[in-house]
Amino acid sequence: MSAVADTHAQEHHHGPAKGISRWLLTTNHKDIGTMYLVFSFAMFLLGGTMAMVIRAELFQPGLQIVNPEFFNQMTTMHGLIMVFGAVMPAFVGLANWMLPLMIGAPDMALPRMNNWSFWLLPCAFLILVSTLFMEGGAPNFGWTFYAPLSTTYGPPSTTFFIFAVHIMGISSIMGAINVIATILNLRAPGMTLMKMPLFVWTWLITAFLLIAVMPVLAGVVTMMLMDINFGTSFFDASGGGDPVLFQHVFWFFGHPEVYIMILPAFGAVSHIIPAFSRKPLFGYASMVYAVGAIALLSFVVWAHHMFTVGIPIAGQLFFMYATMLIAVPTGVKVFNWVATMFRGALSFEAPMLFAVAFVILFTIGGFSGLMLAIAPADFQYHDTYFVVAHFHYVLVPGAIFGIFASAYFWLPKWTGHMYDETLAKTHFWLSFVGMNLAFFPMHFLGLAGMPRRIPDYALQFADFNMVSSVGAFMFGATQLLFLLIVVKCVRGGKKASAKPWDGAEGLEWTVPSPAPYHTFATPPEVK
Amino acid sequence: MAQNQTYYVPEQSKWPIVATVGLGLTLYGVASIMVNGKQGESTGGSWFLFMVGAAIMAYMLFGWFGNVIRESRSGLYSPQMDRSFRWGMSWFIFSEVMFFAAFFGALFYVRVFAVPWLGGEGDRGSSAMLWEGFEATWPLINNPNPEAYPPADSVIGPWGLPLINTILLVTSSFTVTVAHHALKAGNREKLKLWLAGTIALAVVFLFVQGYEYIHAYRDLDLTLQSGIYGSTFFMLTGFHGAHVFLGALMLTIMLIRIYKGHFTEDNHFGFEAAAWYWHFVDVVWLGLFVFVYII
Repeated sequence: MSAVADTHAQEHHHGPAKGISRWLLTTNHKDIGTMYLVFSFAMFLLGGTMAMVIRAELFQPGLQIVNPEFFNQMTTMHGLIMVFGAVMPAFVGLANWMLPLMIGAPDMALPRMNNWSFWLLPCAFLILVSTLFMEGGAPNFGWTFYAPLSTTYGPPSTTFFIFAVHIMGISSIMGAINVIATILNLRAPGMTLMKMPLFVWTWLITAFLLIAVMPVLAGVVTMMLMDINFGTSFFDASGGGDPVLFQHVFWFFGHPEVYIMILPAFGAVSHIIPAFSRKPLFGYASMVYAVGAIALLSFVVWAHHMFTVGIPIAGQLFFMYATMLIAVPTGVKVFNWVATMFRGALSFEAPMLFAVAFVILFTIGGFSGLMLAIAPADFQYHDTYFVVAHFHYVLVPGAIFGIFASAYFWLPKWTGHMYDETLAKTHFWLSFVGMNLAFFPMHFLGLAGMPRRIPDYALQFADFNMVSSVGAFMFGATQLLFLLIVVKCVRGGKKASAKPWDGAEGLEWTVPSPAPYHTFATPPEVK
Repeated sequence: MAQNQTYYVPEQSKWPIVATVGLGLTLYGVASIMVNGKQGESTGGSWFLFMVGAAIMAYMLFGWFGNVIRESRSGLYSPQMDRSFRWGMSWFIFSEVMFFAAFFGALFYVRVFAVPWLGGEGDRGSSAMLWEGFEATWPLINNPNPEAYPPADSVIGPWGLPLINTILLVTSSFTVTVAHHALKAGNREKLKLWLAGTIALAVVFLFVQGYEYIHAYRDLDLTLQSGIYGSTFFMLTGFHGAHVFLGALMLTIMLIRIYKGHFTEDNHFGFEAAAWYWHFVDVVWLGLFVFVYII
């Protein structure tokens, strides 16, 4: 660190360092993006394994594989790992890789802090996963960790869980600050806000949401920490507090959080559909305004998760109508994607397959969301498998298909090789069929009254559960194929040109494939 | 909008990974102190982890910030880099605002909804079933279950120590601004004087706050365990106090740097960031004074 005088502009020209120190000490946005993506996929497999345990237990009625306590730990850890370990880091990884390339910046605005944001994640998940081996077991109260299940009745490991959440929060906030500073300050000359690619726009708004709500999550887990260890009564009515207060604060974080997990996917799909339709995106400005509107509305809908806790009727009506309003900007987006494809010269390579499936299946998840938004109907659906079906339809073919589409779209840029198209299409079709088999029957189970987070169920639910488990195993096993495709693509394959997709637009396609270690040391001109 | 300059991209750095190990050990240590302590087990090993982690964090803070200061003083940073720092600090303060918003939100919710509902407002009758005779008041002294959460004798009124503290903090926001103007005018002696004055006000504030806490615990029986009033009172004022401490620490580092001859009339973002933070802490206090103490 004494060699400060040596760290000037010409180090833009040297390549990566050798060995492990390249990854531990890096300040390069591409290295950090790669680490985020690899970490995210590792967590996806870990969380997926837990989902397999859940589906194996639910394959038949009765208790056969795990005991109920462990089942609860599995549902909790599956949710936490997928939300905070798989989906969010994957999008941060995509942001790290692509934002500087898309806006013509030399790197992220604050490169060392960027590396810290990443390395905090393995640290946080080491602590979180270690709770599985602690006395009393891992957190078992669901990923939403409602008080008093998580305070009065939680296992001792809850305190470790709280600090793990704090570390994830610090990581997310620093990552989001970096994204905002990069987008607002490092754009190439000529790139005005309304010329920014949509992935950049959606990430700008996502980063704003992260900075606004991750501190609220930190606040709510801190209240839990105090209730558990220091005798406060935030969530204990016998001291004048209220368990419902937990739900309000949690969902004030939680609802924007679900948009944090989908908005970057909106952005990526808004690149992929025009590229494979060979047409410009329909309604760019309305896409930007729609994302902004969704983000703002996300702050005033949180209590739709809580219709059954006994909130006043006026509150129920307000949150019901506010929630339904979100369908308007979302509808604008779906309309624009479809209008982009309309009369386009379409071709269906793997990124496009995932993107089209995204539009169709995410819309199904959106519709079931509208059903859940109707307060009187929600009294029937609440805490049933219908809710599980709903959020898996927005997260799996929404967030995760969005990530797969992005990965296939940009893999040639990252690795310099084309991936194996046949295998990728196989990956898509097996994922598509598996995912629908796994989650579609859950709608029927929920409507028929099967509660969520339960290891055993009544006999009339047996058939649909078995179908669902078969689909889940199929979807889970298929993801190993994705690992194979990526490893193959990194190691070799057909050379990719700077712009492997003839319809693609944007600065990232003006640099060679693979993208050099340092790009845009001098910003390009944008007309 | 970006200018056509070379943006400084630092070389490899050990500080992020050092910071990760430090923070991880610190928080793992704190968590195991709490968990082991609660189960009546030995906490020696946990304290050791915590101390090692805290030492690494201190080493990291000196090293990382020292690194940035050296880079800045050797002229590696451009005006564009300066803007990155400004955006970074502004959004960090916004995240702090949202952290306090969670606790203010909790306070408003219990005052406006939860406690009146417990008292039977709107014919809910929930508390009549569980805690007969419970009366909703604010400040809430008599909790629904006084055995679990023993009542305080009284709460701290606004017009004694809290008023003094309000005057101290508002004055300190003023003095730090005078110091900033002195820095911009190149008047180093005036700058040192007024910045030192700001820090002195902060220290007095912290002493008064500490005295108030001792008074609350010893004389008024107002503790964290006094139910929701004690919970919200100590969490809001406590987190604010921690932020005052952090802000005062930042200002002290700035004073040391000023004595070492750092900063120029037009390039002193480190000082400005600390001053921004200080104003933020002041504004939070005004919210506290109104909503926790007065109303």
